[in-house]
Amino acid sequence: MSVNVLSLRGATKRFGGLVAVDHIDFDVTEHQVMGLIGPNGSGKSTTLNLISGALTPTAGSISLRGARISGLPAQDIARKGVARTFQLVRLLASMSVLENVMAGAMFGHRRRGRHDAEHHAMEMLEKVGLGHVSHAPVGALTYIDTKRLELARALASDPQVLLLDEWLAGLNPTELEEGISLIKRLRDEGRTIVLVEHVMDAIRSLCDNCVVMSSGKKIAEGTPEQVLSDPEVIRAYLGDDDA
Amino acid sequence: MTPNYGKELSAGAVLLIIAALLPFASDGYMLSIGVSIAMYTVLATSWALFSGPTHYISLATAAFFGVGTYVTGAGIDLLPYWVLLPLAALVGGVLAAVVGLATLRLSGVYFVIFTLGLAEMIRQCVTWFQNQQGHKGTYVLTDLTEAHIYWQLVGLAALVYLIGWLIQHSRLGFALRIIGDDEQVAAHSGINTSLSKVALFIVSGAVAAVVGAIIAPRYVYIEPAIAFNPMLSFQVVIMALLGGTGRLWGPLVGVIPFTFLWEVISASFPNQTTLLLGLSFLIIVYLLPKGFVGLLQKIRAKTGGFA
Ligand SMILES: Nc1ncnc2c1ncn2[C@@H]1O[C@H](COP(=O)(O)OP(=O)(O)OP(=O)(O)O)[C@@H](O)[C@H]1O
Ligand SMILES: [Mg+2]
Repeated sequence: MSVNVLSLRGATKRFGGLVAVDHIDFDVTEHQVMGLIGPNGSGKSTTLNLISGALTPTAGSISLRGARISGLPAQDIARKGVARTFQLVRLLASMSVLENVMAGAMFGHRRRGRHDAEHHAMEMLEKVGLGHVSHAPVGALTYIDTKRLELARALASDPQVLLLDEWLAGLNPTELEEGISLIKRLRDEGRTIVLVEHVMDAIRSLCDNCVVMSSGKKIAEGTPEQVLSDPEVIRAYLGDDDA
Repeated sequence: MTPNYGKELSAGAVLLIIAALLPFASDGYMLSIGVSIAMYTVLATSWALFSGPTHYISLATAAFFGVGTYVTGAGIDLLPYWVLLPLAALVGGVLAAVVGLATLRLSGVYFVIFTLGLAEMIRQCVTWFQNQQGHKGTYVLTDLTEAHIYWQLVGLAALVYLIGWLIQHSRLGFALRIIGDDEQVAAHSGINTSLSKVALFIVSGAVAAVVGAIIAPRYVYIEPAIAFNPMLSFQVVIMALLGGTGRLWGPLVGVIPFTFLWEVISASFPNQTTLLLGLSFLIIVYLLPKGFVGLLQKIRAKTGGFA
């Protein structure tokens, strides 16, 4: 039996008249990589924001290993084991690369002392391939390295679920290959991941399961092959009034 | 993060001892300037402990200071003097906790306005209360001399530097730096952002109240307009920004020149003090947005030195 790590039931978010997330249900089981896909503006980032506590759901519930987390402030959800990256990378600009990762290692799901955190942060930097720049200021990093750093910070808290919002967006073909193999390694470690992604190659090679959203609603769920051949999904991506 | 702790602490101790010798060198004008410098150093440094990392501009200094002044004013005939200082710290800290919990969720602008209004509100309350009692002010008669007041302030400054240094090297200090960089990231890393901010606000509120309690005997006669003078809040902000809030010693570097400048201004242009205070504020913000600390770092970076 696989255990449900994350469950959404009727999760809904309204912004005034707009229903950005409309009664979404899905489960993520242990060690699963779940892809959350859909056209621009379909509510993917908002769904991640509901899970991480950046936004509070208007209705519905979200639970982590059976315990309700919806309605809690973001810091409590983080401590319970949800870590994330942001669609637009957010780094701690005044700090070194190492300190950025220590932020995750000291205050997150597993709280560590400074010494322990430094050691663990170093390991995470090695894992994402930034071990050699640990003392650089973040301003000196290339774009892909900022993405790697944000991932290392999220990993450093030993999360139960990792939320990645278009972590592969904006990478060139070589970087993309490196990025995909990095996430593949995380998957092989047995991490539980929810991945918002537009890159089809990545979805096919990384996801066990996919949820497809369109205009806030879930329109399909299944393996990448199943959902990507679903006529409704194709219609959603190509537009309704397509000839 | 290299542990140079011994050096930092002993350098601080030496400077402190030198500062404490001032009353033996001079007991007139220089000592009174010394009291001003010590007072503003404590206020600006404790202000920066909170505002430096969080970027919240608090104009509540006068409120806490005034409350502390009145703890001494009301308590001097009832309690031994040495009980009044911790009592002032307690009252200031509780007031800061209440205000902090109520307002630190607000965005920056609302916080500024609220803290400014706070001093005014408490001043009005005290005035009303005193009118009910049928007088306008309170006498604070003690046999504390200017030198006693100075030494207490220097001692308090030592305590503030020690607290600031301990916070900087603690989890709370690291959490505050993260909050200052990106509050969203801080929350998503598991940091209780409002609690961390309130904790620092309590420290700065308690310290400002103790300063008020120490200074009260110097006034001899206190009334609300003196104790809750909003000018004090602005002076503290200006001095801290002039020095720079990025380092613990930053505010001190702003306090010293500003105190002398202020002496000149209030002696030569007693009727234009507010105007000149506003002007100096604008000049500082435009020319030295990160204070002397920032300027120094810029120069070091330009000359290729170590920053
Ligand atoms: N804070 C907000 N206030 C108001 N409307 C919002 C807010 N955040 C998102 N929206 C709206 O909600 C809808 C869903 O946005 P969301 O960012 O979740 O889409 P997305 O699927 O992540 O899109 P993309 O692929 O472009 O990142 C959009 O119409 C967006 O304009
Ligand atoms: Mg998005």
